[in-house]
This record gives sequence, structure tokens and C-alpha cells, in this order.
Amino acid sequence: MTTTADPKDLKAFAADADAWFRENVVADPGFMLPLTFMEVGTDQQFHFLRDWQNKVYEAGYLGASWPKEYGGGGLPQAFQAEATRAMRRHNGPIMLNAIGLNWTGPLLLDMGSEEHRKRFIRGILSAEDIWCQGFSEPENGSDLGNAQTRAVRDGDSFVINGSKIWTTLGRYARYMILLARTDPDASRKYDGLSFFLAPMKIAGVETRPIRKLTGEHGFTQTFFTDARIPANDLIGTEGGGWKVAMRTLEYERGARGGQAGGYVSVDTDAFAVLDLARSMMRDGAPALEDPAIRDRMLDFIMEIQSQTLCRQRLAIEPLNAERPSALPLSSKLIGTEFVRRINEFAVTLTGMKGGYYVGEPEAINAGLWPRAYLNAFSATIGGGTSQIQHNIIGEHVLGLPKS
Amino acid sequence: MLDLGRLGFSEEQADLLEVASRFCRERSPISKVRSLMLEETGFDADLWTEIAELGWLGIAIPEAYGGSGLTLAETVPIVEQMGRRLLASPFVPTTLAAQALLAGGTEAQKEAFLPRIAQGARATLALAEPDGDWRLEQMTSLAEERPDGRIALRGEKRFVLDAGAAEILIVSVRHRGEPQLAVLEASDLPAGALRREIVIDETRRSFALSLDGVVISASALCDPARVRAALDHVHLSANLLSAAEMSGGTLAAIEYTVDYAKTRKQFGKLIGSYQAVKHPLVDAYVRYEQARSHLYSAANCFSEQGAGEVAVRMARIQTETIFAHAADRSIQFHGGFGFTYDCDAQLYRRRALWNASQNGDAIYHRRRLASLIF
Ligand SMILES: Cc1cc2nc3c(=O)[nH]c(=O)nc-3n(C[C@H](O)[C@H](O)[C@H](O)COP(=O)(O)OP(=O)(O)OC[C@H]3O[C@@H](n4cnc5c(N)ncnc54)[C@H](O)[C@@H]3O)c2cc1C
Repeated sequence: MTTTADPKDLKAFAADADAWFRENVVADPGFMLPLTFMEVGTDQQFHFLRDWQNKVYEAGYLGASWPKEYGGGGLPQAFQAEATRAMRRHNGPIMLNAIGLNWTGPLLLDMGSEEHRKRFIRGILSAEDIWCQGFSEPENGSDLGNAQTRAVRDGDSFVINGSKIWTTLGRYARYMILLARTDPDASRKYDGLSFFLAPMKIAGVETRPIRKLTGEHGFTQTFFTDARIPANDLIGTEGGGWKVAMRTLEYERGARGGQAGGYVSVDTDAFAVLDLARSMMRDGAPALEDPAIRDRMLDFIMEIQSQTLCRQRLAIEPLNAERPSALPLSSKLIGTEFVRRINEFAVTLTGMKGGYYVGEPEAINAGLWPRAYLNAFSATIGGGTSQIQHNIIGEHVLGLPKS
Repeated sequence: MLDLGRLGFSEEQADLLEVASRFCRERSPISKVRSLMLEETGFDADLWTEIAELGWLGIAIPEAYGGSGLTLAETVPIVEQMGRRLLASPFVPTTLAAQALLAGGTEAQKEAFLPRIAQGARATLALAEPDGDWRLEQMTSLAEERPDGRIALRGEKRFVLDAGAAEILIVSVRHRGEPQLAVLEASDLPAGALRREIVIDETRRSFALSLDGVVISASALCDPARVRAALDHVHLSANLLSAAEMSGGTLAAIEYTVDYAKTRKQFGKLIGSYQAVKHPLVDAYVRYEQARSHLYSAANCFSEQGAGEVAVRMARIQTETIFAHAADRSIQFHGGFGFTYDCDAQLYRRRALWNASQNGDAIYHRRRLASLIF
């Protein structure tokens, strides 16, 4: 990171950030950019986004509020917030290294050792070290606590055997946050797990791309065959991995702050969908003049406003006093389901042309809407499905008995 | 981009939320709610005196007229907590009558009536008529000059809340072809002018009012130039407070159901462990929290041109929809007990039906909202 901002001059910083993004955002790289980090499918996309993240970091607009000694900007949180706002304002591409920036990084700052922070944080910010997450397995997804990938201690290493699946960025990652079973005999399944910072580019680790519902290649299945990883690269205690995994999910679901900043997926703009409703013709008139369309559009506008208001409400303590975890724990469910439904509605608005897909020259907005709708399931399934989110809210916020 | 409103919360709101939440919980347990349902006036006169002593009736009245000079936003947490505990009192109609006076009254009327209300005089609004039209300027009741210079009223009013206990009644009439408001004392009403209506929400007292034979002085009429604006203000104020009541009621209905789901067992398991019960409860709860955010946005932006109306209509739509749904599911998730009079689910469901029927329902507000934002 090169810029040295005056920690008292937020205004100047914000103005600089605004000017920088205005100048540096490339409006059209000439190929389709992913809407979320989970969508990165081609080497072209990968390299473009990695360079972009690196450039933003070097300019001082990513990790601006992370500690200086590890590679951050050492500035108050408000500075990073300004930088992120400027990034949004100028529609900058997404930050690529999401798992590093949004969950591994905060986790290391929170629970990692000094040595880990020194070794990993800078590479996370610069995008030199891409991170992936090895939680889900072919047989254990929602029931994460039942993960069976084995880690057996052998001197100052652990030997890993088993398989992880749906590994986002698995093909590109240098490191993986890995949940593996160190004690298969623990009386509670949760107590036999440990949490590793595992290297990917070593003997015994192999990744195989999986084709997504959109037809592109995306996440991978990751196979471990006697892969040796250093015993020191573990967070928490041996057998204490479940607690660390749960903390990771709080970062992932946005229930806990401390992320590096920027954004890792493009927000669906309800007002862009409104423009679509105005511009698409239906039965000889703008779609928005159809009373049924109008009424549904109204619901989406109210829903987006609900989310904006709930975010503002987080800062108003007396309005959250009775159930402080309610809004943080429900934001993933609400946000991801909204994105799925509004994109589905947008496809409907395009009428007959809703039958076109990406690549067809006459597709509305280059096929953005059907593509965004199909990709929206990444968030209603990944990070704990919406059904699991219901269980969590029911049990942890309303105190209902476990299912 | 259109301003849809935003959240903000004053220190006074925070203090009142805390005080009202304790007061309503302690003073309006469900046993009390049910015993008041059986009484003619439907509210506890001693509790009313306490409410007046707490200063709550003067919150949204300027200091010059004996109030504390805050705004309607500060009454929102109070009404929300009253709604949560189904606390019966003429607080809402009295507060709305004061708003009507502020927006449409002459200086003399404000000086005469607002200090009395701030001190605890009960007041109400008689705006609706037998046609049940929510548009307040559509009245057919008449105010006509008599040869002696006094004014004779004629016509029928409906849904006049707590009229049986009101000292002051504000009545909408057509005068010289234009909408007008008249401020009446209870003593202006001839015997038999009021008839208690049978309403679905048994915690409410609502009356039909016949204006025939009512004669008032010309000074009882409001400022004709401000009446239309006053009616708009009353419409939005009533919807803001209704949204507050419904927000509180929704939480109560959900908590009541959640408690049952934590204690009732079937097939050897608590029913709350079944996802067919759990997930709909979570959906209702999550939507309640969203509706509550809309409520406090509406309170915060209430006085703003544009955003105020948008935010109030949104809050009204959201709270009405979720209150109806939460109370409906509350009946279902209580099983056979849910079908009984003893189960409180019916109290919430009936209240939600009542609130939906007054001041425009969600469909009505959706149309208005659509024309504001599209
Ligand atoms: C795009 C994408 C990217 C992903 N990236 C990663 C990654 O980088 N790293 C990683 O580790 N994982 C990743 N995942 C995996 C994701 O976390 C899992 O898919 C998810 O947790 C669900 O697990 P599963 O696929 O095994 O489905 P299952 O658990 O088998 O679920 C199948 C269905 O059953 C429902 N279900 C399961 N249990 C219950 C229950 N108790 N109550 C009610 N319903 C239930 C689920 O909601 C779902 O609808 C990704 C997934 C996607 C789609």
C-alpha cells in the first residue's frame, strides 16, 4: 500500500478516492465480468480481477482500516467506508479474493497468531495469495459438523485425506481454510474437528473443476491424498475447530464486522429493474403500466427499502435491545432471497426476450437478468442454505427447540 | 432518486420507548385486557389519569398550548407498546383530535381546547360516514346557517372511537359546499345521538353518531382555508399511529405463538421443533422486524414533504400485512385451542382485522404509494 493519508482528513481522503475510482475503473474490459466472486470461471476474468484488486490495494483503498504492521492502512473504519462508497459510485469491478478479505483476514486478526498475521494478511489484500474454503464435503454440506476429511498428526505435520467440494476459487487458491477431523472418536462430532490454514499447491492436493448450472466452469472438487501440511498452521486448538468455523460463518454471513472493505458481489439495483419495467413493452404499453406488474414492482421497492432501513437500524441500539442478534442473523436470508426473486422478476419483465441467454446479441442487457437469477442461487445455497438460516433464526433468535 | 425515507431515533423516543414498554407491560396484562372488554367504557379511568399525568397527551402539542412541544414521532413508541399489550384507552383518538385542531383549528379553538387535551380531556374524531369511504373529504353531513346565526348540523357519522367517553368531538361536515370541521362539546349532543357499534375488536369502543338536532355557534367551525390540509394531516397521522399499534400487536402475536411452540408437545416432540411450524414463524418474525424499521422511518420523516407520505404509507402497508399474517398463523399453530375464545390469538386477529378496516387498507395505500413513486 503506497498512499499515506492523514488520519484526520476524511474529506480529503474521500475526494481522492472518488477521483481515483473515476479515473481507474475500466467500464468495459471487452469480456463479461462476474457479478460475484463465486462466478469467476475463466482465466481471463481471474487475471483481470486479481490485477484490479491489487491496484485498488496499492492505491490505499482496500484494507485501509486494517493494522499497518500487517499491510493494512491503519486508518479509522470510516476511511475504508468512504473508499468502498467511491468504488460503488463508479461501479468498480468486484474484489476477487473474497474468502481472504471477508472471512480469513478478519479471522486471523481476531483469533490468529502474530506469525500468521504477518505471513498472510498482506497477500490477502494484494491478491497475491488467493484463499478458498474447504468446509463442505460430498456427503456433508448443511451438516457441516459431520465433516469427515481426516487430519492425522505425524511429527510436525498433519496428513490430510478426503475430499472437499463446491470449492469456490479452488483452481486459483494458494491457501485453503480447511475444516478436518483430527479425532474421529470424540464423543460429540463437533469436538473432533480442527481448523487449518492449508497450502493448496503441494503434493497430494488435486482440484477438479465442476460445471455450474450456467454452463461455465466454476468451483472445484478438491481431493487430498496423503497431503502433508505444517502442524503450526492451525487456528485455535486441536479439536477446537468447530468454534473457529462458527466464527468464520459469522464473518461470511455478515453477522460480524471487520472485513477488509470493498465488495465481492455487485448489488442488484431495484431501480435498474424499475427502469426495465419502464422500458420493456408489454401488450402495447410500458410494462409498468400493467397493474399486476406495477404491484409486484412496488413490493420490490418496499423490500429494498426494508433492507436499507434495517441496515440503518443496526446503529440504533434502543431499537434492537430486545433481540440484538435478530437483524445481523437475518440479513443473509433476506438479502440473498431478495436478489434471487428480483432477478427472476426482471427476467419476467423482459417478456418474450426472457427466452434469450448470454451470448445472444439481442438479449436484453446482454443476458444479465437470467444470468443473475441463475447465479443468485450461489448465495441462497452457499454459506448455509436459506432453510438452515431459518433454523438458525428460529433457534438462536426466537429460542425455538432444535429441529 | 426518489427519497423513500430513512431511520433516525431521538433521545426522547428512546426514553419514551423504555418507559412505555414497562408501563404497558405492567399495567395491561392480558387478564386486565379481557376484563375491560366486558365493561361499557372499555378502558380504565384511573389509568387514563395516569397517562395524562405522565404528560403523554401533550407530547405532540406545542408548549404555547400547554404541551411539551415534541412531535407525533415521539408518540409512536408509546402507541407501539400500547398495541403490544392491547392496552385499551382513548389515547389514539385524543392524540389525533389534537392533531386535527393544530392543523385546522382557529387560534381561539387551539387556545381553548389544546391545553384541556394536554391536561387529560378525552377527545375524538367523527369523520367516517355510513358509505364507509376512506376519503375524508367525501363527507355528506351538512352544516347550515340558521336565521339566528347559529349553525345546525345534519347527517350521520360512523366509527367514532370512544365517543361515549369523549368531552370533545371534532366532526367533519360540508359547509357552503366545502369540507369543514366543527369542534363540539359532548354537551352539544342531544340525548340518544350516540349508539355503540358492535365491532370485531372487542377491546375497542366505537360509536355511530347522529348529528341531527345538533346546533352550534359559528365559532365552533374551523379555519376553512386549512381544512383540506388538516384532513390530509389527520389521514397520515392516523395511519402512522395505526402502523405503530400494529407493529406492537405483531410482536405480541408472534411471541404468544412462539411460547406455545416451546411448550406444546406432539409425537413426543415440542411442536416448535417441526419446521412446518418453525419456518413460517421465522418468516413472520423477520418480516415483522422489517415492518418495524419502516414504522420508525415513517416516524422520523413524518413532517417531511414527500418522504413523509411515502414512508407512512409503506409502514402502514408493511405492518398491516404482517400483523394479519402473524395473527392468522397464531390461530393455526394453536390447533383446537386456537379456535377458542380463551386463546389470545383471536384478540390479535380481530384487532388486525379492525385496524385493516380503518383509514384505508393495504390495497388502498398501495395504489396511493404507486402513484407517488412511479
Ligand atoms: C456457488 C456455491 C459456492 C460454494 N462455495 C463453497 C466454498 O467455497 N466452500 C465450501 O466449503 N462450500 C461451498 N459451497 C457449499 C455450500 O456451503 C453447501 O452447498 C451448502 O452448505 C449446502 O450443503 P449441500 O450442498 O450438501 O446440501 P444439503 O445439505 O444436502 O441440502 C440439500 C437440501 O436440503 C435442505 N436441508 C438440509 N438440511 C436441512 C435441515 N436440517 N433442515 C431443513 N432443510 C435442510 C437444504 O436447505 C437444501 O435445500 C458453495 C455452494 C455454492 C452453491
